[in-house]
Amino acid sequence: MKKIMSGNEAFAYGTYLAGIKVGAGYPGTPSTEVLENYSRYPGAYAEWSPNEKVAMDVGIGAALAGKRALVTMKHVGLNVAADSLFTVSYTGTNGALVIVNADDPSMHSSQNEQDNRHYAKASKVVMLEPADSEEAKRFVKIAVDISEMFDTPVILRSTTRLSHSKCVVELEDEPADVAVEPAAYERNASKYVMVPMNARQRRLVVEERLKKLAEYAETTPINYIEPGSGDIGVIAAGVNYQYAKEVFPEATFLKLGMVYPLPERLIRDLAGRVKQVVVVEELDPFIEEHVRLLGIPVKGREVFPGIAEFSQGRIRKHAAATGLVPKEADTPIFQTSQLPVRPPMLCPGCAHRPVFYALQRLRVAVMGDIGCYTLGAAPPLGSMHSCICMGASIGNVHGVDRAGVKDRTAAVIGDSTFFHSGIAPLINLISNGGNSTVIVVDNRITAMTGHQPHPGTGWTMMGKEVPNVSIDALARAVGFKKVDVINPYDFKLVMDTIREHTSSDEPSLIVSQYPCVLNIKEKKPAPAVDLDACNECGNCLRIACSPMTKVDGGVRIDPALCIGCGFCASVCNQGAIKVPN
Amino acid sequence: MKNKYDFLFAGVGGQGTILASDILCEIGLRCGYDVKKSEVHGMSQRGGAVESHVRWGEKVYSPLIEEGKTDFLLAFEMLEAARWPHYTAANTVAIINRHQILPPSVNLGQAQYPEEKEIESILAGTGAKVVWVDGAAKALELGNAALGGVVLLGALSIYLDEPVEVWEKTIAELVPAKFKELNIKAFQAGRELMQK
Repeated sequence: MKKIMSGNEAFAYGTYLAGIKVGAGYPGTPSTEVLENYSRYPGAYAEWSPNEKVAMDVGIGAALAGKRALVTMKHVGLNVAADSLFTVSYTGTNGALVIVNADDPSMHSSQNEQDNRHYAKASKVVMLEPADSEEAKRFVKIAVDISEMFDTPVILRSTTRLSHSKCVVELEDEPADVAVEPAAYERNASKYVMVPMNARQRRLVVEERLKKLAEYAETTPINYIEPGSGDIGVIAAGVNYQYAKEVFPEATFLKLGMVYPLPERLIRDLAGRVKQVVVVEELDPFIEEHVRLLGIPVKGREVFPGIAEFSQGRIRKHAAATGLVPKEADTPIFQTSQLPVRPPMLCPGCAHRPVFYALQRLRVAVMGDIGCYTLGAAPPLGSMHSCICMGASIGNVHGVDRAGVKDRTAAVIGDSTFFHSGIAPLINLISNGGNSTVIVVDNRITAMTGHQPHPGTGWTMMGKEVPNVSIDALARAVGFKKVDVINPYDFKLVMDTIREHTSSDEPSLIVSQYPCVLNIKEKKPAPAVDLDACNECGNCLRIACSPMTKVDGGVRIDPALCIGCGFCASVCNQGAIKVPN
Repeated sequence: MKNKYDFLFAGVGGQGTILASDILCEIGLRCGYDVKKSEVHGMSQRGGAVESHVRWGEKVYSPLIEEGKTDFLLAFEMLEAARWPHYTAANTVAIINRHQILPPSVNLGQAQYPEEKEIESILAGTGAKVVWVDGAAKALELGNAALGGVVLLGALSIYLDEPVEVWEKTIAELVPAKFKELNIKAFQAGRELMQK
């Protein structure tokens, strides 16, 4: 039987088939759906951890206890979890530890374009890279086998185009149930307690393991040569293999399923069969540099760019420009740049909107963070002035305030991001005598990635009720005296509270609390516009709410898109926008 | 069986572009093709421009359509149709929903929404054939604006040889159960609009 699955659905299916019993992760595009889909399989235990490092540590614990574990995160999430990764490489895993990690070439939904293949090399762990959903399914089991056979974590690398593309997957027999009876925890301090004396011993084991893995890379069936005709030999992995097959249909291919360690003899074998070796890889010249070290002449980055994701069209264009493939007829140049752009914006009725509008009116310099609310940076709201990475805002605003600026300043951070990495910098504000203002825009859910629970939500991914962590109580517990919880739709209160907190010389916290309206599916009748009362001041258009359209003599509100939050009425000085009773 | 069909979907987040492309992908599989599709989630969900690529073929490698080679452009919104001329060619049929969703810059009076004629002339650069479909009006007539995408699928089905029963059965299985009949009506309405 065949079924169409996305790469992420297939990773989840493969996880189920491979008998993995514990999954942990932190949501992040394009990785989120792996754990979400896995959690729905019978016998699965999955959790959203507050951040990627915690997820990695949960996975490590399950593996050390002798079980098979899955950990999922996006590329930048591995930066957060890297501390654990680099040392679990030394201890080994006992059971199996499979890390699905998704890169985002072209930054469709990310703040940078890092190439996480470097993590495999730097932490000395195996990395596999499937090329379609069918391989995503199969490679999970292969990763489990490698992890158990070599006592190593295994990273399964994905990219946006693999995770979010769909293709045909062959359904398999239900997995035989893997025994889940409790086993005694293996107490082996010299292997699992990484004090220097033990770590030095494990360092040698890691080096031996890498040698064995390099040998395994030569013979594993997921690295193979596809004989072709002609002079060109292409080395490719992941979705780039698919693009390259369309551009070089006649070429001999070395298709790599394992991108670290790389197979030296297979690469030499390919080079011996062809006149020109070409490496087709997005982002950094990771495979290319290895081929060069072997002394094999290779075309890679000199032909193909190192920025942004590829497509067969892009590869063909660059290959043709250097004579690797025939040139196709020039396509005409189109002038579409004058078309109005359609950037993403805060949803109609989003409770973040009043906060950003107030910050704009009060001319606050805002250190921002990662989430839906980063859209508060976009014009016409334009009220976020830095966004570096998860949890950066609070440390950033403290730094800005220590440097001394004359503006009002504040950090704006979402609830899930606060739990992810906002707590340590919050404590830093108190413990280093800072006086900054922190605004937590708390919509009670991880909204950006599609409404995953977090520690403040009160229920788990598996649907279990748990205590919810109160952000304001936490702030008071660590020493904040000035703490206010406000409803963002009370716009006068929002203005007054932000004005007062940003003028105060003590550290303070505002929790602007209202559930994500998409999540609770709130829908009230749209306000009516009285065109006779409207003086066309434009205030309601400057709140950047998509149902609001400029018409002759005023504005119109699209009742299909509007959810009836009434915020536009509260910014109308003429009383021309009326909320129905 | 033709050896390949490429379908490029363009629309605005929330219009049902992704569901319609999922339906078309499934129809391809049921008609014996290898199929792939690709789309981008994340930031683009929040009212931004959305694109989705669907490919049918004997063997499909890339999940993306190549520039200048799409067989069909299915635009759920007029302005979004105009963004993709570089994917079209003389044999491309561009099926465009006569429906406008104004972007913020137009709402604020900083930009002009293009006229129908302008959109046609942008796409005419490659000789692509433009077919306007009153999908939005038809959907409202049926009582639900969200049906516009399935009206477009009905219009598209006229250009393909795959049996109508497969289209209708697949749509019925993939849309929410309570909207099944309405969606089949929308599909048939799309076919009728083309046959007039």
